[in-house]
Amino acid sequence: MRPLNRKLLRDLWRLRAQVIAIALVMASGVGLMCMSLTSIEALGDTAEAYYERYRFADVFARVERAPEQLAERLRLLPGVEAVSTRVVKNAVLDVAGFEEPVIGQLVSLPDDPASALNQVALTRGRLPQAAGECVLAEPFATAHGLEPGMKLRAIMNSHWQELRVVGLGLSPEYVYTIGPGALMPDDLRYGVIWVGGKTLQAAWDLEGAFNDVSLALLRGASAEALLPQLDQLLARYGGVGAIARKDQLSNWFLMNEIEQLKSLASILPTIFLAVAAFLTHMVLSRLIAVERSEIGLLKAFGYTDRAIAWHYIKLVLGIGMVGIVLGCALGWWLGLVNTRLYAEFYRFPFLLYAPGPAPFVLASLASLGAGLIGALGSVRAAAALPPAEAMRPPAPPLFRRSGLPAAGLLRGLDQPSRILLRQIARWPVRSFATSLGIGMAVAVLVSAMMWMDAIDHITDVYFLQAQGQDVTVGFTDPRPRSAERELGRIDGVLGTEPLRMVPARLHAGAREKRQPLQGVPARQQLQHVFDASGHALEMPPGGLVISTMLAQLLGVKAGDLVEAEVLEGRRPRLQLPVAATFETYIGSPAYIDIDALNRLMLEQDSITAVQLRLDPDRRQAVFRRLKETPRIAFITLKDAAVHSFHDTLARTLLIYVSFFVVFACTLAFGVTYNAARIALSERGRELATLRVLGFTRAEISYILLGEVGLLGFAALPLGCFMGYLVARIMVGSFTTELFRIPLAIQASTYAVAMLIGLGATLASALLVRRRVDRLDLIAVLKTRE
Amino acid sequence: MDMQAPAASRTTRRARGLTKVYASGEVEVHALRGVDLELAHGELVVLLGPSGSGKSTLLNILGGLDTCSSGSVLFRDQPLGAMDERMLTAYRRRHVGFVFQFYNLIPSLTALENVALVTEIATNPMAPAEALALVGLAARLGHFPAQLSGGEQQRVAIARAIAKRPDILLCDEPTGALDSTTGVLVLEAIEHIHAELGTTTVLITHNAVIAGMADRVLVMADGRIQEERRPPRRIRARELSW
Ligand SMILES: Nc1ncnc2c1ncn2[C@@H]1O[C@H](COP(=O)(O)OP(=O)(O)O)[C@@H](O)[C@H]1O
Ligand SMILES: [Mg+2]
Repeated sequence: MRPLNRKLLRDLWRLRAQVIAIALVMASGVGLMCMSLTSIEALGDTAEAYYERYRFADVFARVERAPEQLAERLRLLPGVEAVSTRVVKNAVLDVAGFEEPVIGQLVSLPDDPASALNQVALTRGRLPQAAGECVLAEPFATAHGLEPGMKLRAIMNSHWQELRVVGLGLSPEYVYTIGPGALMPDDLRYGVIWVGGKTLQAAWDLEGAFNDVSLALLRGASAEALLPQLDQLLARYGGVGAIARKDQLSNWFLMNEIEQLKSLASILPTIFLAVAAFLTHMVLSRLIAVERSEIGLLKAFGYTDRAIAWHYIKLVLGIGMVGIVLGCALGWWLGLVNTRLYAEFYRFPFLLYAPGPAPFVLASLASLGAGLIGALGSVRAAAALPPAEAMRPPAPPLFRRSGLPAAGLLRGLDQPSRILLRQIARWPVRSFATSLGIGMAVAVLVSAMMWMDAIDHITDVYFLQAQGQDVTVGFTDPRPRSAERELGRIDGVLGTEPLRMVPARLHAGAREKRQPLQGVPARQQLQHVFDASGHALEMPPGGLVISTMLAQLLGVKAGDLVEAEVLEGRRPRLQLPVAATFETYIGSPAYIDIDALNRLMLEQDSITAVQLRLDPDRRQAVFRRLKETPRIAFITLKDAAVHSFHDTLARTLLIYVSFFVVFACTLAFGVTYNAARIALSERGRELATLRVLGFTRAEISYILLGEVGLLGFAALPLGCFMGYLVARIMVGSFTTELFRIPLAIQASTYAVAMLIGLGATLASALLVRRRVDRLDLIAVLKTRE
Repeated sequence: MDMQAPAASRTTRRARGLTKVYASGEVEVHALRGVDLELAHGELVVLLGPSGSGKSTLLNILGGLDTCSSGSVLFRDQPLGAMDERMLTAYRRRHVGFVFQFYNLIPSLTALENVALVTEIATNPMAPAEALALVGLAARLGHFPAQLSGGEQQRVAIARAIAKRPDILLCDEPTGALDSTTGVLVLEAIEHIHAELGTTTVLITHNAVIAGMADRVLVMADGRIQEERRPPRRIRARELSW
């Protein structure tokens, strides 16, 4: 081995603790990046293969009732490859041993399931062969402990009907399954059931007809071009507007998740790699300062500048390799954990986690790049050292009294504190960078923990404050006002409030958006239209109250006119003024006074849902009555919705937050440890001198670690501020039509982030303290710097 | 450690049968091979000897920086060998003044602050400015080490060592890094302080000329005190040159 390479290995070994500290920070960045990239790949690949194998459709449309012959005409539309028709209905279920109402989405199966679209991926049992047989969505079955051979009952169009479970399965249409009004999957209260034979057609008088159609397109055909033609064809059958695959709910959530992973893959790893670059710079500059005379000597012997530069670059590559190996292994594992976590919400019959080399190569290159950028300055300085000068010891650092802007502050301070402060003032850039590095750790924590605050906030505003009802009961079709009174008479119902939902397409200029109009009482008693800032809104008599998201999508503001193309009944086109806009985190709702809406629809007072407030002691009795009530499409329990939203998300987030706590500690540790070790290396002689002069170990630790500690303290507010900024960026990049993440960081989040940051800083300072205690007092007296 | 020495004793440090063995790996280095030594109050002793003869080792043991392998050092009837790390630190802090070959000033502190560094933790120190005046640096109080010459830095180091009124001043080759003229200025400072404060002083040198300013000269060779002599007449530092 060449002697220089041997020196390289010895240097790496001697600096191993620091090398590991840097490598860990790099590994965190690489790991996070690999995690996101491999998850993106796994989810993308899995979805693609799943969609392909089980023939996920490209266009979806719902109608009230259309004759089966229409399918033939749809098949002839340009670009259409295949058409599948079926009946899809919601029904109240009775599952043995479960008191609360359960809603099933009943989906009819075609005669020839093998050639249809949106095929069921059987995970157990078989497909139904006779009427009355069904396949349950696996998550729903698992939640209730239902298995093939068991039975359950469903109210089909006012009649209880028994369904025999013959199999369990999944479908590309229901990768992400959420019930009406829910934000998260709740497998206990909402599930998909594929029913065989003509059971559904018979129950709903839909023989020879369908109410749901899916279309597959030829390769290269555009869904956007097809939609208007389709809408035109379906309008007379009660079509409420066809949607392309990208707007299909389950797929939208899945693709949105992948998009968010992409932003995760860029924002956070950047922080870690930037800190790794800075640490590399720090360690390398110190090493080169120590090795000045060796560099001079090597040059005097005839080594070229490039040979010297290459020598130090190899050192950086060595550090980088450690980081990359650790990071890739970590990333592979995190990717698997992450993908499996996703699989709890996104149900696939199989999971393709076989990440190719691309994520790892990409992350490795990024981290090597960061290391080299960090090394650039000091390596160039080393290469440029003139040999003669290099062999002279460096001039002692010149301190100035004016070094600190507020020199008066020093008065009255003891000498050790002066040493400490002057040291910081003498190397302001380095000190600031150290603070910045520790601050990054706090920032990472804040930006990870803010998600918890966000879901707490949404839960509080969206559910607890705004929703005074206990249950929302939705009807299969518009009902007269008397339906509300009937529910109100049930023993145990304390209050009711009507809701009228009208499917519509809103237009403003060239823009349009499918958005149902929600008619609510002018002054709501149960479910309030709530501004994000916590104000209940009253409905003005003649106008729309729309969310700012909708206003933004349509490009309108209060006072503008919006045209509402109603998609049911007489299908009127209404000119409605926007009376007010309000901020909300979920969806892009449009509200209107319910009486005004009914007048505009030229209908009797009708409603589509009722909010109920229940006597807590008589809930079960009410549920039993509701199960017997006909024509109910959904029953949403607020408690359950809150629970599934908050607890499920919180549990998942906690896993991520704990990852990030580890990452942030690594970051704080890497920065503090290196800063203290470098300070110790530069000032070991000074500290040993103080020991000789009679200073105790604690006193000299104060000088060395006090500096790092002070920078650590300064880092806390800095870190909170940066955390706020990072959180803002993330919240911005996570904003979608469906969700906005509130930036509602709690004081306690900042406090916990600071405590953890401080803890990690202290722990690494203590590691260095052990070295301070072992300073060789006699050696420093003998040698010159 | 009380401050009252037994009245009968004029001896401030008493070493008996000191040995020091450095065992680094397989080789054992015998730095001291049985040294007996008594230091009287107020005397100025020069330790003379070739490089490697054990002078620094002896001084470090006397100063509580190092411990001997066998033998004992008594300070006011207390054996230094029985002290733990904490007590040795306190011993250095209260009773010993060190001056090193390479000054070892703190670069981030001014001359005055370097002295104050030690007076702050001493029990009965003189004012830092007063100590600096004693070594002739009254005009350079506010200068940082990087702004002082080698000789000036060494005089700051002397002021720092004596400002706490130690009862012993240990100087390890204080002129080793200096040229003759500057070295003489430093020796003058030591001589002046010895005269003013009467501090017991041990001064290491391998330069025989300097031995002329001592009350007593101990010549070391090969880890032993080979010869002890009392110069008939103390030569003033100003008259030395090499
Ligand atoms: N830490 C050490 N480890 C091993 N040997 C040492 C150590 N310190 C000093 N020595 C050896 O002890 C001997 C005496 O050293 P020292 O007291 O420094 O001599 P002097 O000060 O007279 O030049 C020398 O041979 C030196 O090599
Ligand atoms: Mg020596």
